[in-house]
Amino acid sequence: MKIARKIYALSIVPIIAIVLALLVGAILIILSSPASQGQLDLLLPIKAYEALLEGATGISFIDLDRDAVTLAISLVPSTQALTNTLVAAAPLVLTGLAVGVGFKAGLFNIGGTGQVLVGGFFAALVGATVAQQPAPIAVTVAILAGALGGALYGFIPGALKAFTGAHEVVVTIMLNSLAGIAIVGLVNDIFKITGPTFARTADVGNAALPVLFGRDGNLGIFIAFAMVPIAYFLIYRTTLGFEIRTVGANPSAARYAGMSPRRLIILTLSLCGLFAGLAGAIEILSLGYYPAVFGTTIGFAGITVALLGRSHPVGIALAALLLGGMRAGAPLMQIEADIPIEIIDVIQGLILLFLAAEVVIRRAFRIRAETVAPDELQTVSRSYGEGSA
Amino acid sequence: MEFLYDLPLLGFVFQIVGYLINAILNTNLAPQTLALATPIALGALCGVMNERSGVVNIGIEGMMLTAAFVGFMAAVVVSDAMPDAEPNAFFGGTPALVVGVLAAIGAGMLVSVLHAWLSISVRADQIISGTVINIIALGLTGYLNRLIRPSGSAGTFDSFRPPEALVDLPIVGWLFNMFLSQGPITMSVIVFVIVLQVLLFRSRWGLRTRAVGEHPRAADTVGVNVIALRYRNVILGGIFAGLAGAWLTLEFNASFQNGMTANRGFIALAAVIFGRWTPIGAFGGALLFMFSEALGVAIRSDPPPGDLGVWLSGIQASYPSLYNNSFSALPYILTIIVLAGVVGRSVAPAAVGQPYVKEGAH
Repeated sequence: MKIARKIYALSIVPIIAIVLALLVGAILIILSSPASQGQLDLLLPIKAYEALLEGATGISFIDLDRDAVTLAISLVPSTQALTNTLVAAAPLVLTGLAVGVGFKAGLFNIGGTGQVLVGGFFAALVGATVAQQPAPIAVTVAILAGALGGALYGFIPGALKAFTGAHEVVVTIMLNSLAGIAIVGLVNDIFKITGPTFARTADVGNAALPVLFGRDGNLGIFIAFAMVPIAYFLIYRTTLGFEIRTVGANPSAARYAGMSPRRLIILTLSLCGLFAGLAGAIEILSLGYYPAVFGTTIGFAGITVALLGRSHPVGIALAALLLGGMRAGAPLMQIEADIPIEIIDVIQGLILLFLAAEVVIRRAFRIRAETVAPDELQTVSRSYGEGSA
Repeated sequence: MEFLYDLPLLGFVFQIVGYLINAILNTNLAPQTLALATPIALGALCGVMNERSGVVNIGIEGMMLTAAFVGFMAAVVVSDAMPDAEPNAFFGGTPALVVGVLAAIGAGMLVSVLHAWLSISVRADQIISGTVINIIALGLTGYLNRLIRPSGSAGTFDSFRPPEALVDLPIVGWLFNMFLSQGPITMSVIVFVIVLQVLLFRSRWGLRTRAVGEHPRAADTVGVNVIALRYRNVILGGIFAGLAGAWLTLEFNASFQNGMTANRGFIALAAVIFGRWTPIGAFGGALLFMFSEALGVAIRSDPPPGDLGVWLSGIQASYPSLYNNSFSALPYILTIIVLAGVVGRSVAPAAVGQPYVKEGAH
């Protein structure tokens, strides 16, 4: 009973935020429908969201045939659609953890994007080196390399914050841009292979993630979701996790208790980087090589995932499934309802907006403010103006 | 002078200095730097307005992008409605361009209202508020741009051509060339920077702003309305972000592409920190950052003579991409160095990021 109430208290605001975001998205789709349909189409959001659901799960309620819309309920999920959702959700679980674990320690890791790039790049280089080794060894080594790359790129803002007080938000924003610029140069000038029409690194060969089910349901999905219980155990069942949570909730209390905030800052941001690096490794080892221009939005999406999931590993997994489903369903929506896939980013941003305006939502929906909201968040941007740690 | 270039090692330094002086004095490097620095400087002014009064703004990128899109669309609509409008003598301005700039400013202010409401009234986490703005701006402009597929264009503002006699003057002629061979938005930047610098440190408004940014409780005690002042500053700051967006689609380019701000908003944030939260300093930071970018272009088109040129073209031949990108990497590296306090610490206003709650009003 108690746990049910806790789940309700934790999830009610995220659920309202999702519903409101979909509603505002629907209004936007209606208002912009003259541009694609030639007239105001009040039913367009229903078509769009239905296609989104079908693309993500295979479940469908209506049959679209140019002009006629007929009711055709098919509740059988399609394996391929669900696989697509899992494939899209897997990296989001990891980038969500990369932000969420940071929140636990009162740190805002905006550097997911850069850590994904560096992790993916490391995985690609090491993967190409071990391409001829037996698959189990090659895959393991390449994935570990990606995790290490991300961790190193998380270590930098951690060490800078711990020893000089440079705020991690600005440093990680700068490191994101820097990683993009540097890796494009490195791939173009040093690691490019001859042959393909575009600049990319060598094939990772045996280090490519094995496909275990469906067309592309690969090992990465299992790795990503396996991190959920691991992260949970780490945060709630180990001494390190306790220290991380303490320093996030009350840095001075942590210091009085003999914990070293410096050590925790460095460790936490490295850990965040490790998760994001794993996400990069999974993306790149699924693709099979690192393209010079690797535009990825999974790093930034991790912020929405972490906030929607309340920085809790289970919540993060659920949020990643939701956003992953949207990403998987978007192409079908674009085909069937003629709606640009960018609407997904708008909805994602709107979810974040309503989460940020939590106080207003609580007031509007008369939800009592139970003290389950993550307190750690309170310290994040408050520390922006502080000097050295 | 040439013999200096042949000295061992030291000669290399003289070659670099010689090339820089020549490039700055005799080529278009200076005006180009100023033009490229315009959106960075304007974005940074927005950042200074926000952060000096205690509000973090990492949403400058999104504000710029929204303004660039809205300004462009408004200009296209007006130019379709009145295709016969003649460009006037003032920078070749057409009604379309003027409406575009005003729309961009309006868009910048509107997005700022959202940021102000979230950060000041709702007391949401200000970094999350900025992230919201960046994500929604990228998604919404991308969505609408793909949906509408604007075909036309309203053109761009012309650059002013200062009279030859003025440019040929010694020393001041160079300054005239740098500051006057520009479009209207670029030219306005220098005015804004000076005015804001003076206002921030010499006016009642400036004193109040700084007080609210450092110690809002104390400012409140002596009768400053902290909430109102923060609202005003954040919304007025949106004007600058809006102008930066207008520069992108109405002065520099004549079209809109998805995500065309290309991290300029984040470089602006870097310029704010680099310039220690002062308008002049931020402007200097923007100039320095973009000088690096412009110098990269200049060296590519006109490599320096002597050993230096051989050395540089050697690197360029072996590592073209890394070589070119290193010029764009400078802002990020410098900002991290400055933040880490390696060359003098840059300290943010004390109350930045902290929402203000009036005592007893909880």
